[in-house]
Amino acid sequence: MSKFARKSKGKMPGISTASLPDIVFMLLFFFMVTTVLRETNLKVNISPPFASEIKKLEKKSLVSYINIGKPIQKKIYGTAPRIQLNDAFASKEKIREFISSEREKMTEADRKKMTVSLKCDKDVEMGIVTDVKEELKKASALKINYSSRSGTQKQIFSNF
Amino acid sequence: MARSRELQQINAGSMADIAFQLLIFFLVATTMDTDSGIFRKLPPMPEEEEQKEEKEIKDRNIFVVLVNKDNQLLVENELMDIRELRESAKEFIANPANKDDLPELIPEEINHFGTIPITKFHVISLQNDRGTSYGTYIAVQNELTAAYNELRDELSIAKFGIRYDDLKESDDRKDAVEKVYPLKISEAVPKNIGGS
Repeated sequence: MSKFARKSKGKMPGISTASLPDIVFMLLFFFMVTTVLRETNLKVNISPPFASEIKKLEKKSLVSYINIGKPIQKKIYGTAPRIQLNDAFASKEKIREFISSEREKMTEADRKKMTVSLKCDKDVEMGIVTDVKEELKKASALKINYSSRSGTQKQIFSNF
Repeated sequence: MARSRELQQINAGSMADIAFQLLIFFLVATTMDTDSGIFRKLPPMPEEEEQKEEKEIKDRNIFVVLVNKDNQLLVENELMDIRELRESAKEFIANPANKDDLPELIPEEINHFGTIPITKFHVISLQNDRGTSYGTYIAVQNELTAAYNELRDELSIAKFGIRYDDLKESDDRKDAVEKVYPLKISEAVPKNIGGS
């Protein structure tokens, strides 16, 4: 008789699930800590342009977002591109106010590193984007990021 | 008199179910999307007095890119396809053959490289119409950025054997590479040339 033969034809013992809650709790805590709940509801349609030379935004706490695009509710707001700051539509004159209120929220050391991310739809015209950029210059928020997603060359050159 | 009963054990069997429910909620609610894009630094608002005196830039040092509202490119007064923009921008920035109509090469002392000739005063002037679509603008910005990145990559690999992208932020080799090819894209406030 071989050394490793089964001693008995007993049933496979059931796998203990006693530690399952612990594992699940661990996962739960991980997700609880890493979750950033969405703060604003987008009121404009944004399909970002494609680009290949993109970099990731590192720290979310240093970033303020300006959304530009066509309103989702066309019947109420029409189809002209609008600027959205926080949760509401705003005129470009409000941008300076918005930037200074965003600055207030940051610590002294972080204010220099503040980045403004322009999230614009790829079909909006440059006029409105330029107006926003001029306002940002006046507010001396000079670090900006043109939000875009990575795409193939065909997607990048789709306008040409 | 009541007997001192033994405390009944709480049944923890459903603990896993509750935890699972919470876990699924957080899984769904989590937004993992990280924002990415092309970084740029805007020039500061000029002071009132400075505005009057405009810096004289030699014609050979400037590379004019115009984009109109029909998404056409005019580069140095010639129509150009966007697919050629990257190469011609690279040639302009580096001026490897030291041509007369490309930016002048000026010897400069730079860490790690010693004294090497660089096109110190080159400027890429990007001008667009108010009616240009944002997607087009980003495509042009992307090509210009790509031109710089490719040149920096080539230099970095030739000199350090490491890609420019892989150099750490605090690494002084990164600063040196950036000094050889400084990013200079100037954007004029768009005019309404073509009408929008």
